Amino acid sequence: MKRLLSGNEAIALGAWEAGVRFASAYPGTPSTEILEALAQYAGVRAEWASNEKVALDAAAGAAFGGARALAAMKHVGVNVAADSLMSLSYTGIKGGLVLVSADDPGCFSSQNEQDNRQYARFGKFPCLEPSDSEEARQFTRLAFELSERFNCPVMLRSTTRLSHSKSAVDVEMPDAPRAFEPLPPFERHPDQYVIIPAIARVRHPAIEQRLLDIAAWGETAPVNRIEWGDRSIGVITCGMAYQYVREILAGYSFLKIGLVHPLPKELIRQFAAQVERLVIAEELDPFIEEQVRAMGIDCIGKEVFPLVGEFTLARVRQAVRAAGLPAAELPPAPKTEHLAVPPRPPALCPGCPHRAFFYNLRRWRRQMVFSGDIGCYSMGVLPPFDAMDMLISMGASIGMAHGLKQAGAQEGVIAIIGDSTFFHAGLSPLANAAYNNGCFITAILDNRITAMTGGQHHPGTGITLQGREGRPIDIAPLVRAMGIEHVREVDAWDVKAINDALKEAMEVQAPAVLVVKGACVFTPHFQRRPVVTVDAQVCTACGTCFRVGCPAILKSDETHPKTGKHKATIDPLLCTGCTVCLQVCPVQAIYQTGGEED
Amino acid sequence: MSERINFLFVGVGGQGVLTASDIAAQVGLDLGLDAKKSEVHGFAQRGGVVESHVRWAPSVGSPTGETGTIDVLVAFELLEAARWIEWLRPGGTVVINEQKIVPMSVSVGDAVYPDRQAILSAVEARAGRVVTLDGLALAERAGNIRTVNTVILGALSALLDTPPEVWEEAIVRRVPPRYADVNRAAFRLGRDVATS
Repeated sequence: MKRLLSGNEAIALGAWEAGVRFASAYPGTPSTEILEALAQYAGVRAEWASNEKVALDAAAGAAFGGARALAAMKHVGVNVAADSLMSLSYTGIKGGLVLVSADDPGCFSSQNEQDNRQYARFGKFPCLEPSDSEEARQFTRLAFELSERFNCPVMLRSTTRLSHSKSAVDVEMPDAPRAFEPLPPFERHPDQYVIIPAIARVRHPAIEQRLLDIAAWGETAPVNRIEWGDRSIGVITCGMAYQYVREILAGYSFLKIGLVHPLPKELIRQFAAQVERLVIAEELDPFIEEQVRAMGIDCIGKEVFPLVGEFTLARVRQAVRAAGLPAAELPPAPKTEHLAVPPRPPALCPGCPHRAFFYNLRRWRRQMVFSGDIGCYSMGVLPPFDAMDMLISMGASIGMAHGLKQAGAQEGVIAIIGDSTFFHAGLSPLANAAYNNGCFITAILDNRITAMTGGQHHPGTGITLQGREGRPIDIAPLVRAMGIEHVREVDAWDVKAINDALKEAMEVQAPAVLVVKGACVFTPHFQRRPVVTVDAQVCTACGTCFRVGCPAILKSDETHPKTGKHKATIDPLLCTGCTVCLQVCPVQAIYQTGGEED
Repeated sequence: MSERINFLFVGVGGQGVLTASDIAAQVGLDLGLDAKKSEVHGFAQRGGVVESHVRWAPSVGSPTGETGTIDVLVAFELLEAARWIEWLRPGGTVVINEQKIVPMSVSVGDAVYPDRQAILSAVEARAGRVVTLDGLALAERAGNIRTVNTVILGALSALLDTPPEVWEEAIVRRVPPRYADVNRAAFRLGRDVATS
C-alpha cells in the first residue's frame, strides 16, 4: 500500500530493508527523525551518540566487524566527524557503512548552508542524492551495496526539503521481527584498518583507482537516468532541484543524476551532444557545473540559478526565464491592500528554564561578554535579552571565552552552553580551561534534554533512544573532577539566586562553573505550578515583566492613568506558574493563584 | 473536484498544523492522486509561524507551492491568514479559524495586531471564497478542545467537494482509537459550518 513517508522515515526504512545492524546519530535538524524512525524497527541497535564523530566512529567499528552500519547527522555535524571520515575513505570497511548528511539549504535551522557534496569529492568516496522519499529508501539500500562492493564509506545526501517533506512510498511494513544475531568472529586486517603512514601511502593509489571504478559503474547504473523529451533543452539536475525544474521545464529532456560523485562523465557528454541547449540546475554550489565546464562543455548554470538559499518553483521559474528559456510567466496578481502584519519570531516557551538566566545576564551587559553556543538558548541573542555576543559552533562557547579572557579582555567573560551541547563538545574545552587556568565563567544550562531538536536524550539524562533508563552523568561532580573548585548549582527559576551566583563567580580568579538546573517544559520532569495573575489595581505599567520575554505576558487594554502605558495581563492558558515574572515585579502586582493546575 | 490542488496550511507552533496537513496529504493519496507535503522543523518552530504545503495532482514534482498559486489557504490563526494571503491564487479559497494568538512583537508593544475587520477585508479582496469558523468553540462542543484541527479539516472537506468518508477514515487512522469518536464529531461540526 502507498504510504506517505518523510525523507527521513524513508531513509530509515531503506536502511532497515538493507539489514542495517547498528545506527548512531547526534540529533540535529533536519536529520533527527532518521534515528527516531530506525529505533522503531526490531533487530537494529539504534543509539544517540554524544556527538557526530562518536556516531561515525561507532558505525565504523561496527562496519569493521562486518555489520552494516549507518551514522546520520546534519551537514555541520559532518564537520565534527570529518577527521574520521577522511581516514575511513582510506581504510575501507567490511560491512556497508553509510553516512547520511542532511544539508540545510536556506539555513532553516543551521549556522551555514555548506554543500556537503564537496566532502565526497574531498574525501574521494561516492555520494548518492535522492529526490523524493521512494528514492531515499532505494538509494539507502543501494548505498550499503555500493559501500561493500567498492570497500568505502558512502554518503547519502539529503536536504531539509527532502528530509521533511512527505511523498508516497509503496511499502509493506515489516511484521516479522528480525532477530539480532551475534557477529561472526572478528577478522583482523591491520594492513587496512590501522591507517599509519606506511599503510596510508599504500592505500592512497587504491583509493584513486576505486574512484575510477565507481565512475565507470555509474555510467550505466539506473541511478543516473535520462528522461528524453523535447531535445531543444536538456537539463542536468539532482536532488530536490529535479522536482522544481521538472515542473517548470516540463516536456524537455533531463539527465537526472543520482550518483553525484563521481559523475558519469561519458553519460553527460552523450546527453550534452544530443540537446541544443544544456542547463545545469542544482542547489547551492556549482558542483556538477564546474566539472561539466572543465570537460569543455558549455552550459547555462549559476549565472541564472541562485548560489544561495533553497530553490523554489518561483526561483527556478525566474532563473529559467532569465536565461531566455521558455517558462510560463504567472499572470500578474493584484497586490493586496497594505496591512502591517506583525512578525512572529521564535521565543523561549512559557516556563522555559533559560528565561531567568537571560533576564539576569542582560543586567550584566556592561561588565560582561557573552560567549554563546547552539541550542534553544541561542535565542538569548534576541530581544528582550540581547545577551549573546558570539556563537560559531557546537561547544565553541567555552574555547572562545577562554581565548578572549587569556588575550586580556577587560570585561568578565561567560560561556553559555546547554547540557546536551556540553556532552557533545564542551568537555574538552573545559578541561583546557582548567589546565590553563582560564578565568571566566562557564554556565551550563542543564534542562535535561536536547530541546531544540524536539527532546532527545543524552548522557546527562541517562535515558536511551528506546526510552530505557540508565545511569545519568551528573555534571557538577564531573566538572569538579577536572580540578575546577568553584562549581555552583542553582535553580533555573530563582532570579535572585542566579544573580547572586553570577556576582560570586565574577570574583573568582580561576575557572568557575554554574550549573543552572531546570527541566525543559517538554520533559516529564517539568513541574507545572498554579498560574500567576496580575492585580491591575497594583500594576504600575512599569513594563519590567515584559522584559522577561514570556509569551504568556500580554499588554492589557488597561493603561496607567498618568503615563498612558499599558498594564500587564497574563494568559492563564499559556502560563505554567514558573513565577519568574512574579519575582521581577517591583511592586508585587503579580501573585500566584490558589488552585492546582488552574 | 479538481485533480490539481495546492494547499497551504499556516498557523502557530503547537496548533496541530502539521498533523492536519499530514491528513490532507493522505486523503489526496486515498483519492487516487499523487500527493506530497512539506514542512519545516527546528529553530523556526519555537512559538513561531508554522507553514505546511500540501499538493495534490496526478504527478507532483515540487512538495511546495508557489506564491500566487495556492488554491486553498487554511489559516489556523487569524493573523496568519493575513501574513500568507499573497500566496493565494486570486479567486482562491480561504478557511480561517478565528483564534488570536498574540505574537511577542505585539505583547511587548513593538507592533499592533490588526483588527479583525482589516484582516478579513485584506483576505476577501483576493479570495473568491472565505469561510470563517470558531474552531475552539466547535471543538469544545465536540467534546475536546484539542480537536480544533479536525474541525478545520471538516470545513475544508466541504469546500473541496470530496467524499467526507475518505477524510473521516484518514483522520480516524491517524488519531489514537479512544479519540476516534470525538474527532468524528469535530469533523462533522466543521463540515456543517462550511456547508450551511
